[in-house]
Formats: sequence, structure tokens, C-alpha cells
Amino acid sequence: MATDVPVLIAETTYQRRTPAVEALRRLSRHRSAQVGMVLLLILVLTAIFASVIAPYDPIKPLRDVKRRAAPCIHLLGCPQDQPQHIFGIDGNSRDLFSRIIFGSRLSLQIGFTTITFAIIIGGFLGAIAGFQGGWLDNTIMRVMDVLLAFPSLLLAIAIVTALGTGLINALLAIGIVSIPVYARIVRASVISTRELEFVQASRALGASPMYLLFRRILPNALTPLIVRGTLGIATAILDAAALSFLGLGAEPPRPEWGLMLGEERNSVFNAPHLVFFPGVAIMFTVLSFNLLGDGLRDALDPRLAQPGK
Amino acid sequence: MLQFVVRRLILLIPVAIGILFVTFAIVRLIPGDPCVAMLGERATPQACNAFKERYGLNDNIAVQFGRYLMNMTQGDFGTSIRFGRPVVDLISERLPMTIELTLFAMLFSTTAGISMGLISALRRNSAADVVTMIWANIGVSMPVFWLGLMLAYIFALVLKGTPFFIPPSGRLTAGLSITPLAKVWGLNNLTGFGQFFVALLSNSTLINSVVTGNWLMFRDALWHLILPAVAVGTIPLAVIARMTRSRLLEILGQDYIRTARAKGLVERLVIARHAMRNAWIPIVTIIGLETGSLLSGAVLTETVFALPGVGTALVSAILGRDYPVVQGFTIVIAFIFVFVNLIVDLSYAYLDPRIRLD
Repeated sequence: MATDVPVLIAETTYQRRTPAVEALRRLSRHRSAQVGMVLLLILVLTAIFASVIAPYDPIKPLRDVKRRAAPCIHLLGCPQDQPQHIFGIDGNSRDLFSRIIFGSRLSLQIGFTTITFAIIIGGFLGAIAGFQGGWLDNTIMRVMDVLLAFPSLLLAIAIVTALGTGLINALLAIGIVSIPVYARIVRASVISTRELEFVQASRALGASPMYLLFRRILPNALTPLIVRGTLGIATAILDAAALSFLGLGAEPPRPEWGLMLGEERNSVFNAPHLVFFPGVAIMFTVLSFNLLGDGLRDALDPRLAQPGK
Repeated sequence: MLQFVVRRLILLIPVAIGILFVTFAIVRLIPGDPCVAMLGERATPQACNAFKERYGLNDNIAVQFGRYLMNMTQGDFGTSIRFGRPVVDLISERLPMTIELTLFAMLFSTTAGISMGLISALRRNSAADVVTMIWANIGVSMPVFWLGLMLAYIFALVLKGTPFFIPPSGRLTAGLSITPLAKVWGLNNLTGFGQFFVALLSNSTLINSVVTGNWLMFRDALWHLILPAVAVGTIPLAVIARMTRSRLLEILGQDYIRTARAKGLVERLVIARHAMRNAWIPIVTIIGLETGSLLSGAVLTETVFALPGVGTALVSAILGRDYPVVQGFTIVIAFIFVFVNLIVDLSYAYLDPRIRLD
């Protein structure tokens, strides 16, 4: 293998590097992680500079344009006297490109908020379950099992029914559905480290339970949490788009990609660009998190690494 | 083996009760007065009282849950608020479509996924491998409803007039319709589970057309199922292909494979008898886990292809605030998911005798 030589060098100079730096080095050499990071960087920059990149307002309808007009790109032979709309015009006379650009903000927010929520709640539940054990552990984990007995999107749909439709409720639903995964990760790592000698030593030195949990035990759960969290963001974005597509999530006129797809799904035959571009945007975003997640798994936890990559 | 099956079945009981409890709790969590939520604007105080009395909402919550469990075990899923019909009837109408779609998607994703993974692993780093792995990454990132719409656009519009045209929506071509099997078999006074079961068979267009010998309809039903099944199956296909490839690569590097090759076994048998046998367990696990994705995908794809299944019913019930229907369909899908995972667990025992002994 071509990577043998650099690995050897890395080992000889190992003492100068912290594990985090070492992991970052491995990550930066991982091919799919490279692609994922570049895609994600583009996405984050797009989200930050959305108002600079987008030529039009994402919400206000334009005047003097034909609804659902096909894309007009000057470079591809669209007459110069017509205004350029590279992704075309949507059903409410808005510039689709601008809406998609602004949608990147929403998508990233959706991914990060739901998974942060799920990690905090799930991590808390898992830590209690693992740390306390006994009936509390049993109760919490059986509830998690039941949540996992539902296909996640369907449980989210059912929760949205109870809470009422809307973006915030959809996010809450997706967050709740994601909790069990993180609870299990944290619980497993708490249980496996709880009785180890370095924890016992810390306890013997008089460390408080909180100190033990946060400084000695939980750092061991960080790796799987980061890996699963990254992949979880991808799923959360897909699920949120699905809920919005069904009309249960974001409300018009919000530039949410799933909603944009849902609103225009009936015009797929006469204005396919209105369906094509939002879907590509979703795919692009989800792909970037999936690739990065795969790379993180291989870089942070070699035991989980898939052979042949 | 029997003991293993029985033990697995007993373990299902708490999960089943949990599922029923969650669905029970969800409907109780609806903010505000349940009667206003259920009756909408028609909710006068008198109507509310009558409603609460009828549904036993004045009793304490434990009694309510007990009664709910009793009703469920007797197959009483309540009555749809919008249609005034038993939810069970709606289930028997809508479920066959979703099961047909899920099964076909599963068939597509497993056969294509395993073959793609196998080819990738055997021809590692070849063009076929690279394409498969890129496709696997893209496949898991696509929204299933978007793929459905794109397939509909390509096969129904771009390829219109060619032999590759595939209809983009509906279960059957207009003009075709199923004959209820209860009528065909002369079973007019069935009740209870028998009626439900016959209705279920009858509403499965594929089974119905085979039983009635209507091959034209059978072909038409299959034809309408192609695009949705491909759309639903694509994500699981990608996952299965990746899993098959990585497991096989791991296994092919092991000593016993080298031994098998060294003793002169032909490569085909090395793969089929030695390598695949050990690769099956993770693949079957993934198939079980992906059933959730298949069922969710079926729900989303039905709305794209206008198929009369659980998904379309569920979405319209949610938008119409028809809670008993939402509850009923959620329970049914959760149970299907649990059931599939039970089958997966049981198949482990078949594939790996060690598991039976644990």
C-alpha cells in the first residue's frame, strides 16, 4: 500500500502530536472525507454569503417574469436582453436560484439543531442510564427500544401529527426520533469505562460523580458521537425535507428545499427544473455529510474502519 | 430451534405493548382539549361531553390504556372521524398496496445490491467497482421522493412513445378494476378476522389478478409498480451493495479462504460456499434495518406516484386531523417493521448455528 511510508514516519514522530492532530491528519488524507469537506465548505460559504450570491430576493415575487419559466443562462444562448435566471422561475414568480441559495442556510440549521438536540438529550439519558444502572437504566433503555421499533420517519410523522405541522415541530419530531441512537452510544461507553482503573483511581482521589462523568468517562464517547452525529445530520436533513415535502414541515414562502419540491411536484412534466434543482441541492448537502461522516469514522476510530477503503 | 423461536416471540410482547403505549400517548399529547382537536369547530360543550363519554375520556388514564389494549387485541382500531368507517376497513384497503410496493422494492434492492457488492469486491478497484461505490454514496444521499419524480419525468415524458415508456402514476390503467374476492369465492357473510383477511387478499391487485386469472391486469399492475419500486429500493440498494462489498473484502483476506483456494477449489465455490456463507449475516441484518427505510420510502413514494396505499392515506389523515386513522396506520407499520426484524433474527439462527445456543 502506498500509505505505508507516511504512517511509519508518523509513528516515529508520534510523541509530538496529540491524538486530535493525528486524527485530523488521517482525515485530510481520506479521499471521501476530502470530497465531503470541500462540498461542505462550499455549502457553508454559500449559506454565509447567501445574500451576496443570490441575485434576487428569495421570497418577494418578481415582476415581468413568466411563471415557471425555464432557466435562462446567457452563456448557453439565452438572449442578452432578457434577465438571467440560471435555475428558472418558480410557480410564484421567484428566482429559483436565489431560493436555493438561501435554502442552504435553512438546511444547515435544520441539520445542526436537530442533532445537537438529540445528542444533548440522548447523551443525558444514556449517561444517567449507564451511570446509575438498575431500574432507571432498564426503564430508559426499554423506552429507547420502543422508539427504535418504529421506522424513524414514520414516528416523526406521528409526532408531528400530535404537535401540529410546522417547521419547528418537524424539527422537534426528528430530534426526538434521533435520541435513542445517541443514548445507546453514551450508555455503552459509560458502562465500558465506568469500572476501568483510571476511573477508579480518579474516584479514589475523591473526584465527584460529575467530574468523573464529564472529565473521565464522557470523553470516551466523543468519537462515536462525532461520527454518528455527522451521519445523523445527513439523515435529519433528508427527513426534514421529506416532512416538508409532505406539507408537514416548513410553511410557504420559506425557501426550504423539501417544501419547494413538494409545491412544484405536479409541474414536474412541464417545468422539470423546479423539481430537479431543489433535489440536487438536498442530495449535495446530504452527500457532503455522509462522505465526511465516513471519513471521520475511518480517521477517528480505525477499529470501525471498513476494509478496502 | 423451537425454543429460540419461542423466546424471541416472548421478547416481542414488551415491544408490542410499548408501541401501543407510544401511539396511545401521542394522541393524548395533542395540545388542548382532545374533543376540540377531534371534533373541530363543531365542539359545543354538550357535544364535547357526549364525545368524552363515548370514548371514555372521563376515566383515569390507566383505565383508558387498558381499554385501548383490549380493543386492539380484538382488532378494534377505532373509527375514522372523517369517513365514519372502522379504521380496520381502511387498513385492509390500503395496506396491500404498501406491502406490494415494499416487497418489490426489497426484491430489487437485495438482488441488485448484493450483485453489485459482489462484483465490486471481486473486481476491486476496477471501473465497475468505482462506479458502484460512487453510485452507492450518491444513492444514500438522494431524497426518495425526488428520485421518484425524476424517474417519472424520464420514463413517462422523455421516453414517451418508445417501448421504455412506463406510466408515472396510479395503480392500474384507467378502466381496469378489481373484483372483490369475497364475491368470487361466494363468502358474503364473513365477519371478524376472516373478513379482514379476505379483504386484504382481495385488495392486493397482484394476488387478486392471479386468483381471478386476469393476466392482463396482472401485467398492468406489475408495470405500474416498476418505477415506485425502483425509487423506494435505491437507498437500501446502495447500503446493501456497500455492506456486501466491505464484508466480502474482509472475508476474502482470511486464512480459510486461502486454504480453500490452495486445496484447488474453483473460485466460484470459494465465493459461494465459503465466503458468502459468512457474509450473509451482516447482509441480512442490513436488509432488516433497511426495511424501516423501505416502509418510510413507500409512504413518501406513494404520494409521488398517486398510489392508494398507507402513505397517501396517512398524509391525508394527518392534514385532516383524523387521529384514529393516523394511530391505526402507525401501529400497523410499526408491527410490520418489528415482524420483519423478527424474521431477520430467526434467519440468523438458520445461517449461524452458534446463535441458537446463546
